[in-house]
Parts: sequence; C-alpha cells; structure tokens
Amino acid sequence: MAIFADSSTRVVVQGITGRDGSFHTRQMMEYGTQVVAGVTPGKGGQMFDDAVPIFDSVEGAVREEGANASVIYVPAAFAAGAICEAADSGVGLIVCISEGIPVLDMLRATRYVADRGARLIGPNCPGMISPGKAKLGIIPGQIVEEGPVGVISRSGTLTYEVVWALTRAGMGQSSCIGIGGDPVIGTNFIDCLDAFEQDSQTEAIVLIGEIGGTDEQNAARHIKQNISKPVVGFVAGQTAPPGRRMGHAGAIISGSSGTAEEKIATFKENGVEVAARPVDMPDIVGRALHG
Amino acid sequence: MNIHEFQAREIFRKHGVPVPPGEVATSPEEAESIAAQLGTGVVVKAQVHAGGRGKAGGVKLAATPAEAREAAAKILGMQIKGLTVTKVLVSPAEEIEHEAYVGAIVDRANGTVVLMASPEGGIDIEEVAAKTPELIFRETVDPRYGLLPHQASRLAYKLYAGDSARARQAADVITKLYASMIDAGASLLEINPLITTKSGELKAIDAKMNIDDNELARRPAIAELRDVEAEAAEEVKARAQGLTYIKLDGDVGCCVNGAGLAMATMDLVKYYGGEPANFLDIGGSSSPEKVVTALEIITSDPAVKSILFNIFGGITRCDDVANGIVEATKGIELQVPITIRLTGTNERAAVEILEAAGFSAMTDMDEAVQKAVELAKNQT
Repeated sequence: MAIFADSSTRVVVQGITGRDGSFHTRQMMEYGTQVVAGVTPGKGGQMFDDAVPIFDSVEGAVREEGANASVIYVPAAFAAGAICEAADSGVGLIVCISEGIPVLDMLRATRYVADRGARLIGPNCPGMISPGKAKLGIIPGQIVEEGPVGVISRSGTLTYEVVWALTRAGMGQSSCIGIGGDPVIGTNFIDCLDAFEQDSQTEAIVLIGEIGGTDEQNAARHIKQNISKPVVGFVAGQTAPPGRRMGHAGAIISGSSGTAEEKIATFKENGVEVAARPVDMPDIVGRALHG
Repeated sequence: MNIHEFQAREIFRKHGVPVPPGEVATSPEEAESIAAQLGTGVVVKAQVHAGGRGKAGGVKLAATPAEAREAAAKILGMQIKGLTVTKVLVSPAEEIEHEAYVGAIVDRANGTVVLMASPEGGIDIEEVAAKTPELIFRETVDPRYGLLPHQASRLAYKLYAGDSARARQAADVITKLYASMIDAGASLLEINPLITTKSGELKAIDAKMNIDDNELARRPAIAELRDVEAEAAEEVKARAQGLTYIKLDGDVGCCVNGAGLAMATMDLVKYYGGEPANFLDIGGSSSPEKVVTALEIITSDPAVKSILFNIFGGITRCDDVANGIVEATKGIELQVPITIRLTGTNERAAVEILEAAGFSAMTDMDEAVQKAVELAKNQT
C-alpha cells in the first residue's frame, strides 16, 4: 500500500514541454512512474521524448490514455486554471507544483476541485512520492526508501533533510507528501493523517510543520482524537522574528499567534512527541516503531 | 506587499468608501501648509509598514498649522520597529462619537474570505476578540458567489442594532470594502476605527491593506505602490534577484535553499548557542548569480562574524551554488570564515569545484552549524 498514488497510477503532466515540466517528467519516468500523457495546448498530436503522447487538453489525456492523476508545472498565471481543468476532466488526484498563484484564485480553485470530488495536493509544493512505486512531483528519488514511515510536510528542502535522515537510519517511507506552504492549499495535514491511519504499510507518521496559521494545532487535536499510530512532529521557525505585523485581522480570525512555541506546546499537550532537531527524528521514530 | 495608509485610502476612495481628505508630507513645512489648506485641527500620522505606531508615538494631534509642523518634525525620522518614518499623512481631526472595527481577511483554515466587524473598535480590538469574542461578528464569503447583499446587511445590523440609518450606511461601506479587496488583490484589509461622527456619518479614518505578492504581476498599477524607501535596503536588493532576506540581530550569516530549511537552520544555530544574523532563502533553481548577490548581502552586514551555507540539492544543483561561491569570492575578499554544507544533486562536482578554489565542504548539517557557531564566537 501507500497513500494517494502507487504503481497503478496513470499520470498526465500539464505543462510537459516547459523547462521544469520536461525535466521533471523525465525524472518521474526514470523513477518508474507511469506517465501516460502530457498536455500543452497547441502541441496536441506530438510526442514527448518519442514516448508520451501530448494532448491539447486534459480531457483528451483522460479519454485516450486513461490518466487518473495530474501533475502541474505550468506558469503561475495559468496554474489555477490548470487545476480546474484537471478536476473538470475527471482526474482524481491533482498535484500542483507551480508557485506564485494568487490566493484569491486559489479560493475558487480549491472549491471547484472539492465540488468535483477530486483531491488537490499543493500548490507551491514538492509533490509526493510513494517510494518504489510512483513519484508525482520533484522530491529527489534517491533520498527515499520503501518502508513503514508516512511523512507529511509543509516545506520542500526541509522534508528532504528529514527523509534523508530517516533513510540513512534504515527507516523507509510508505509515502511522503509535501502539502505546500501557501495560505490556501488543497490537501491538509488532517487529510494525510487520516489516509496514513488507514494505510496498512504505514506504522508511524512524521509531521513537519512551520510557523504561521493553525494547521499544526488542528492536526495535534485531531491526532489525539482519531489517530492510533504514533506521530512525531517537528516545527521550523523557533527563531523567526515576530515581525512587523500589520493589522489585527489575522489574530482575530484564528485566535492564535501561529508561533513555533504555540505549535510545539499544542503537539505536546495532545501527546505528540516533538523532535528538537531534524537529526533527532530517526531516533524518536525508531523508538515509536520498535517500542 | 504592504502599502501605506494613504495609499489604501485612495483605493477605498475610488470604490466609494467614505474617507476624510488628507495629504502626505515628507517635511515639517509641507505638513504645515497641508494643515493650513485643510483649515481645521489635524492629525499627523506616521506612514510606516509596522503595527503599533500609535503606541510608539507616531500619531499626534495638532490644533494649528504651526503645531502640525512641530508634530511632523517629531515623527519624521522616528524609528518604529526598526523602520525609519519618511512620510506623514496630514488629515483633519474628527469628532468621534463611536468607533467600530471592520476587517476582511483570507481565512486559511476554511479557504474563504471572512468579513469581521465589531462595535468595539479601536486600538484594543485584539483584547476585545480574546475577552469578549461574542462582540466580533463574522460573515464567510463563498468564493463561488462573492459577498451577497444580505450578508453585508446582516453584518451591518449587528454592528448598529436599532439604528437603521447607520446600518444601511455600514452595509454600503462593507460592500465597497469587499469590492476594494478583490479589485486590489488584497489578502487583508482593515478599517480600525470606522467612526461615527457627531453628525451621524460613518468615516474610515484608518486604512490598512496587505496585497498578495502573487497578484502584483497582473496588477501593475498596484505594484507601483511599493515604497522601497519604507523597506530595508538589503531586502529590496534581495528581492530584485528573487531572494528572500530578512535581517536579524545575530552574527552567523545564513544562506540556505528553501524557507523551511532556512528556518530549521536558524533554529539549529540557536540550539548550538549562536544567533542567526539573517534569514536568507536563495529559492529553488539557484543560479550562480543569485549566490553572488546572497554573499554580497550577507557580507555587507558588519555584524556577521561567520557565514554558513546550507544547501540540500533537489532542484537546486550543488555545483551551481559552488560556482556562485567561487565567483562571488573572486570579487570580494572575505573578512570572515565561511562554512559550507551541501548534499544532494551534483554534490561531488560541487565539492571538487570548491576544493579547487581552496574551500572545504561538509555534508552533515549539524556539524556545519556547530562549526559556524564556533567560528563566530572565536572572532569576538
């Protein structure tokens, strides 16, 4: 098992002929991911690397090639539109790597995706990888290993750091999900926690958070109520400056400061162990796995 | 991007929100002549991208043009949370009967815009929210339909229950505020306070607006509102190269790829007894030029006693970073020691490039951070 994507997942890449899209499509295929189609409007009928048919729209990729997941590498100005197109074409999983999408556009796009029953990961994220099965996004394939640890994170390179530490310590991963650092995202910590709870391969979960918002606090309370598997947390930004905050609306709406201290305290109150350093993660996870 | 009060006011005014007159001055003399033209008592307000300016002494009342000059002389040049005040807004002093709060924000938890209002406006609004949350009223805007008329009306009648004349005015103000938010691409806006004057009129006498940086590419007129004078010079330089830099008070200069890893690196500097001099994220695809700019910015901070590079190569290629370090140090003589940690994509090529140029490189993050902290201590 694994969550969200595995070796049966049939991937269409939106923006397959772009600079980032073409580079990372090759990396995904090298990893063994089934990339069955690409989309670049105007290049329909051509082939990518003599191996992958290109379509003008996602609809064609779904109809002709049976694509059921999409990875998006299109420029920010077109990314929210690409997300909606994927959802409208019946793709069940949409992974949006693109960054720089206006938040007001994402409010509509996340609603559009939810209304069509699809799952969105991202945007502005490294995507996901189910080691040994499929890679949808840009997480380097050489740092992961198949195993029992589920990883969820808001950041990119910090995730790599933690995953690499786990792999070196002999603890492989079931799936690693980079949910993205934008204010409005599709899949959140709680969605991933629930999926890992149901996944038979996953025996322990690592949750990597950072300052800002209340997602970590909500996840902490959810874990206490609903997750039986051990969860280990990490929160980046303990030394981040309080900043020159403008306005009160943020604090009023969330009733929270969003600081690392508050998040760490909420994890601990809800029985989630928190690693002080990324390098401490393997030891704590090891104890959780082996008692 | 933060914009100033006077700029937010202009956006509100364009959408028909009642905003008092007023102009910006950059000198005491200018403030005096604006006050003379207005012909009333005025309030002189610092225009600075930091909250808490009232408590910092950045807002002063002046009964006469001469007093306005004096007030401006005191405020201009003042430091508020590390930022120098270079502009003041001079506006008529209002006779205030009542102060309300109206705000709108993108609520990340629900993925919607939420409008908020409270009849208990003023500087202690956060205390109101904490102690008497029942006095904060909310309307959630469905992004499919936008703000509906009944929602603006419902919020307005909660704000001014039993006073239809004012509630109808308020519903109009709330509708226009929401339109301003969508039009400007704002992620937050606030009027605190929305006052009622002695004659029963509503007026927005303060205005805050935060623009989503991701909106600027498609809103050139809004992008032009950026006041680089009001921002730290290094932060402006970093942004021009696609870097994110925030100066802090420590002495270990940090250069990292990725915001999460950058924060984790700073936390580790602190863990090992040091203090980070900055947050600096060189981003995903880091060309050698970005690294050159990053090093220039870090070395221009005289407090930096030791430099730490922490790179986890994914999209970022370690050899690009290595080339950038070598390139940058050709031009400038490094006055402080540099510790380089890199691992991941093209790590071996990077180590060879660095060693050929006389640098050494490490692969372990904790060892590198410890070394950089020690080196900073030895320099003192």
